[in-house]
Amino acid sequence: MTVFVDIGALDDIPRQGARVIRTGQGCVAVFRTLDDRVFALDDRCPHKGGPLSEGMVHGDRVTCPLHNWVFDMNSGAAQGADEGAVRTWPVRVEQGRVLISAELVTRSHAA
Amino acid sequence: MKNLVVIGAGMASGRLLEHLFEAAPGAWQVILFNAEPRGNYNRLMLSPVLSGEKTYQQIVTHDADWYAAHGVDCRFGEPVVRIDRANRTVYSSAGGAPYDALVIATGSAPFIIPVPGSDLPGVVTYRDLEDTNAMIEAGIAGKDAVVIGGGLLGLEAAAGMAARGARVTVVHLMGHLMERQLDPAAGYLLQRDLERRGIKVHCKGATKAILGHGRAEAVLLEDGTVHPADLVCMAVGIRPEVRLANDAHLEVERGIVVDDALRTSDPQIFALGECVEHRDQVFGLVAPLYDQAKVLARTLLGEAAAFRPVQTATKLKVTGCDLFSAGDFAEAEGREDIVFRDPGRGIYKRLVLENDRIIGVVMYGDTADGNWFYGLMKDETDVSGMRDTLIFGPAFQGGTKLDPMAAVAALPPEAEICGCNGVCKGTIVAAVQGGATTLDAVRACTKASGSCGTCTGLVEQVMKLTLGDGFVAPASGGMCKCTDHSHEDVRRLIRSMGLKSIPAVMQELGWKSVGGCHSCRPALNYYLLAEWPLEYQDDRQSRFVNERNHANIQKDGTYSVVPRMWGGVTTPAELRAIADAAEKYAVPMVKVTGGQRIDLLGVRKQDLPQIWADLNAAGLVSGHAYSKGLRTVKTCVGSEFCRFGTQDSTGLGILLEKLLWGSWTPHKVKLGVSGCPRNCAEATCKDVGVVCVDSGYQISVAGAAGMEVKETEPLAATPSEDEAVEIVTAFVQLYRENARYLDRPYKWVAKVGLDWVKAQVADLPTRRALVERFEISQSVYRRDPWAEHSTTAATPRWAPLADLTLEAAE
Repeated sequence: MTVFVDIGALDDIPRQGARVIRTGQGCVAVFRTLDDRVFALDDRCPHKGGPLSEGMVHGDRVTCPLHNWVFDMNSGAAQGADEGAVRTWPVRVEQGRVLISAELVTRSHAA
Repeated sequence: MKNLVVIGAGMASGRLLEHLFEAAPGAWQVILFNAEPRGNYNRLMLSPVLSGEKTYQQIVTHDADWYAAHGVDCRFGEPVVRIDRANRTVYSSAGGAPYDALVIATGSAPFIIPVPGSDLPGVVTYRDLEDTNAMIEAGIAGKDAVVIGGGLLGLEAAAGMAARGARVTVVHLMGHLMERQLDPAAGYLLQRDLERRGIKVHCKGATKAILGHGRAEAVLLEDGTVHPADLVCMAVGIRPEVRLANDAHLEVERGIVVDDALRTSDPQIFALGECVEHRDQVFGLVAPLYDQAKVLARTLLGEAAAFRPVQTATKLKVTGCDLFSAGDFAEAEGREDIVFRDPGRGIYKRLVLENDRIIGVVMYGDTADGNWFYGLMKDETDVSGMRDTLIFGPAFQGGTKLDPMAAVAALPPEAEICGCNGVCKGTIVAAVQGGATTLDAVRACTKASGSCGTCTGLVEQVMKLTLGDGFVAPASGGMCKCTDHSHEDVRRLIRSMGLKSIPAVMQELGWKSVGGCHSCRPALNYYLLAEWPLEYQDDRQSRFVNERNHANIQKDGTYSVVPRMWGGVTTPAELRAIADAAEKYAVPMVKVTGGQRIDLLGVRKQDLPQIWADLNAAGLVSGHAYSKGLRTVKTCVGSEFCRFGTQDSTGLGILLEKLLWGSWTPHKVKLGVSGCPRNCAEATCKDVGVVCVDSGYQISVAGAAGMEVKETEPLAATPSEDEAVEIVTAFVQLYRENARYLDRPYKWVAKVGLDWVKAQVADLPTRRALVERFEISQSVYRRDPWAEHSTTAATPRWAPLADLTLEAAE
């Protein structure tokens, strides 16, 4: 069972925007859609390492700001002609707080 | 060879000549007189010209080259004054021309209601290119216009002027709009649609007088209402132009009387088009005129042919108003109605039946099945078997809902697809089977969709049915995959429908995606803020990262910071502040840019608010080096120090930058001001360049030194610095209002033509209005973004939300 840790308030993330969290395994981007769903993806485009957290969020997709690769935030898969995927992390919202997989904490413990 | 003289170069005679040259080139030596100083253009497209969607060049159907290629002796701008039947000669002001056969195609003249004031300047009709240009040149943006007449022409004129930013009122004598084509319910829906786009409608309005001292100022109605009007457009009807025929004692009733072969009462003289009367009927729509052209061509080649007018359908060429009307829908004994009404969606459909046959169709809001009903009506099909589902269209006649293609597949070969040119489905299928596999090819050999173009989709569907998988749909003109609307359509609809937010645009214009994409959202955000500077709330999340973070993102995710140096001039104190900031935030590289500014490269995102707090404190503001907006104004030293400098180019550069900074534009904009033709500021490869000379200022535009390298083209020259500033500002605003997002000025100018740009900027009222609108926008946008973002309250947002590496270490 996934254990979750609190990383902040949903309102700290702009709608159709993202905030970054620093973890032991690199930065993770936490996105908030227009309808208040949240997604967590590695903040690194597999193409040239662009910060996805700075991309434009449309529906449940995000476009990398460097070269416009588009990713489905549900699966992390690149869309269209591009191939590749970004790692996704379990994340959810409870009572206005954003909770993310504790794996992001514990793994770095072990490391 | 025998002489054929044609009077009038309109759509009917243009089509006649086409048929004639196609069937028997060289059979006739043609002399063509035209009162207008030009050849034939597509009059149906005057509304798009009026609204600014098309230019005159795009609607020309027969240009000088075409006439020359067919050996036509053109006498343009030479009105015919007399026909001498006894000597078979026509006379213009410039001389005579003998004929063996004469064709009168003088069309019709707009009707002017003879109320007091109807001859004042500022009162125009809407009939030809001169009228259209008169309305455009009146510079009606922001002014009041009254259109008298709520018929097809009047509404197209109203929509065109509204699209150009006029406040338009339509005054209509009858109880509802387009009463000849629509019933009251559909007329009401149309009125509601127009009012939603800001066009006022005054029905049952009888014009009493046009008021004004020296020019039109208002329209007074019988009921006492006064509508202010800088421009009055009369579109109350047309009457056949029969003066020449009358003077020549040909038989004339309402129009020039012709028989089935289009022959007048003189066997050597023919007539066609809007000037004729055939079996007590006169004609205003284009389809029967084209039929006449076909028949007359055969008559002139000695073949037997007879003109039989058919009922025609009407569509209104106003974007967003979808209406279709054909046949008769008056109430009468023995007639029945089938009506479908969905007020929520603004859809109304009405069929009038008599003896189980459709005799009238009115549709509003959803006209997809119009041609199918029209086909049933023309064929007098017995509809008793499908009465219960008839109103739902062809898709429901099989009992199950079929896909949209099935509706087209179900059409019989003789079903009319293109109403303007009377082209039926079978003709298009035959053309495709004969090798016409592109829309252009089908257009070229059948004329289908070549006039008003509203049937283009249908024609493509017929092509697809015929070609199957071999059909390649033309690249959509849509702004991105989320919509089929072009950039230009979207801008126009934002304006005419009063759309003021991205969700409103996506909802009203039927966006196909949830929340758009990275390509349409920034464009919409720009179009909205440019259109409604005072009302629209900028959507930060629809901005590209550079604009969202007010700094340029680099390949490693760091940013570069460029403070503004007005006109490239700085002070020791500013340089000190920049140096201090660079040291304090460990900036890896400090570099001078091509635009004479200092670039601090490699700043971390979370440091942006602090570095700007420091720079702001020293009086520096953002250089917007990241923006689709004004970047820099590059200058040389000018007259103050340079021994060649002729004017204060440095001062002018600073003035321009302080005026223009902060403004958002479709793409980045860079200026240069050089103090003499030695051009040290490289002004002649900028978006706007000013070169100072002894006599004043030479302003040139549309240069480029990026992906393409291009010298600027001259826009204007003026001795006055004030005027130079005004011209530059007007040009920038014109670009802001008209260019497609991400088109640099040089691309935009190439599209609209430098002549048009020059004309706008040269016309003083237009120029002043542009400057005024720019200033209104700048009252909101001339500000430093960092002033609000580098506050302590805003700062935390630039840093990570959480640091799980710290938690892990605990």
